[in-house]
Amino acid sequence: MNDLHSLVQIKGLRDGLLVSLTDAPWEELQAALLLQMDQQPSFFQGARLALDVGAQILHVNEMVELRDQLSERNVVLWAVVSESPTTEQTAQLLGLATRISKPRPEETHFNSGDQNNETALFINKTLRSGTRVEFPGHVVVLGDVNPGAEIVAEGNIIIWGKLRGAVHAGSKGDGNSKVCALDFAPMQLKVSEEAVNIKKEKQILGPVVAFIRNERVVVESWKFS
Amino acid sequence: MTAQVVTISSGKGGVGKTTAVANLAVALAMEGDKVVCIDGDIGLRNLDVVMGLENRIVYDIVDVIEGRCKLRQAMIRDKHLPELYLIPAAQTRDKNAVSPSDMKRICDELRLSADFILIDSPAGIERGFRNAIAPADRVLVITNPEVSAVRDADRVIGILEAEEKHSPALVINRLNPDLVKQHDMLSAEDVLDLLGIQLIGIVPEDEAVIVGSNRGTPVSQDPKSRAGQAFRNIARRLKGQEVPFIEFGNRQSGLWDRIQKMTGRR
Repeated sequence: MNDLHSLVQIKGLRDGLLVSLTDAPWEELQAALLLQMDQQPSFFQGARLALDVGAQILHVNEMVELRDQLSERNVVLWAVVSESPTTEQTAQLLGLATRISKPRPEETHFNSGDQNNETALFINKTLRSGTRVEFPGHVVVLGDVNPGAEIVAEGNIIIWGKLRGAVHAGSKGDGNSKVCALDFAPMQLKVSEEAVNIKKEKQILGPVVAFIRNERVVVESWKFS
Repeated sequence: MTAQVVTISSGKGGVGKTTAVANLAVALAMEGDKVVCIDGDIGLRNLDVVMGLENRIVYDIVDVIEGRCKLRQAMIRDKHLPELYLIPAAQTRDKNAVSPSDMKRICDELRLSADFILIDSPAGIERGFRNAIAPADRVLVITNPEVSAVRDADRVIGILEAEEKHSPALVINRLNPDLVKQHDMLSAEDVLDLLGIQLIGIVPEDEAVIVGSNRGTPVSQDPKSRAGQAFRNIARRLKGQEVPFIEFGNRQSGLWDRIQKMTGRR
């Protein structure tokens, strides 16, 4: 078996601990981390823990199990940092942060890469209150965006459902970005740097597209052509 | 037998979680099921008050977890229904005295000797809520027809979906048909439209519920109360029976058909 300390690295941060994991199998890493905690319980008592999992792909049940294990040791998991979009999405679904105060160099690279606006994140469910999705590309939702949910995309946002939450397309300044929705009553809408005030009484029925024309966001009924 | 563990949750406080647990428990016990209620609100217990068992508490759930008594000793038998038990919460401790795996362990121990285990979740989405949903086979999300309660219910449903729990069912509590008619209250359809989950019951506003809670005799024992009827219907739906939804007042027909269609019941 690998040496424990080579599997799991623990550093102090300004507001807690940062645990960096290697790319060994997940079960081994989890066991190694929990073992280290059980060996030095006083060090970990009441700690706020951020986890850097590298390129590991983690699903909900794995992350929930670890969080519960940690909480039984009186340790709060508040953030999971990862290079894998799947893992980041999992963390966001569970309401964990995916950025810690000091951004990692790889992360900025990920954001400024030339894949910008070429990739899309597909979300096959309704986004409920408290969910925040941030993506360096387009976002497509097959479902509703409920009040209290938030989408920030560097590209377009397409919602095949009802838009009731807050959306920001072209978040890095792309003025050609659009927001499309089948039913349109957002709490907030921003395209690039331009925000719109949504007036409840001026609701447009049916599919809608919002985009920038003459430095202002216009909301129009979707025209089939 | 293997019990079904049902957690009642809401996010927002004061929408009727505790009342719903007490009433569903009584309704199930009246149908002959063996029911154990667990108060998950450590530090702010009140399921015992609503069930009228306050003065019988000797041991509580934290005593069980910390090994000061056996599980059986903490189970308080109801005054009228011999198959209804309550495991009270501790009043002098906080939520951190219990962990999700403690709750799972207790429920697994109870599963063999009961038909239903009902857990009363505390308000909020923190530790106490996590404890309450950890052992659940099924979660009922309860809400009032108010924007803020619906918003919190939406958040709770999102968390339950993210944790890949069995899809929750919705209870709309304290619906006032007259206010809905005047467009001063969200209708059941409005709530369902936003939350988009299966509806398991609508409980009308009824003063008898408050009176019953204060007296420690849940209203589902009262055959005349409309809210009691609604709770009894939910209990039967929990048992897998098909029960038609009650019509409130003289509302236009076809509404319930539409609701049932929206939620996949026909």
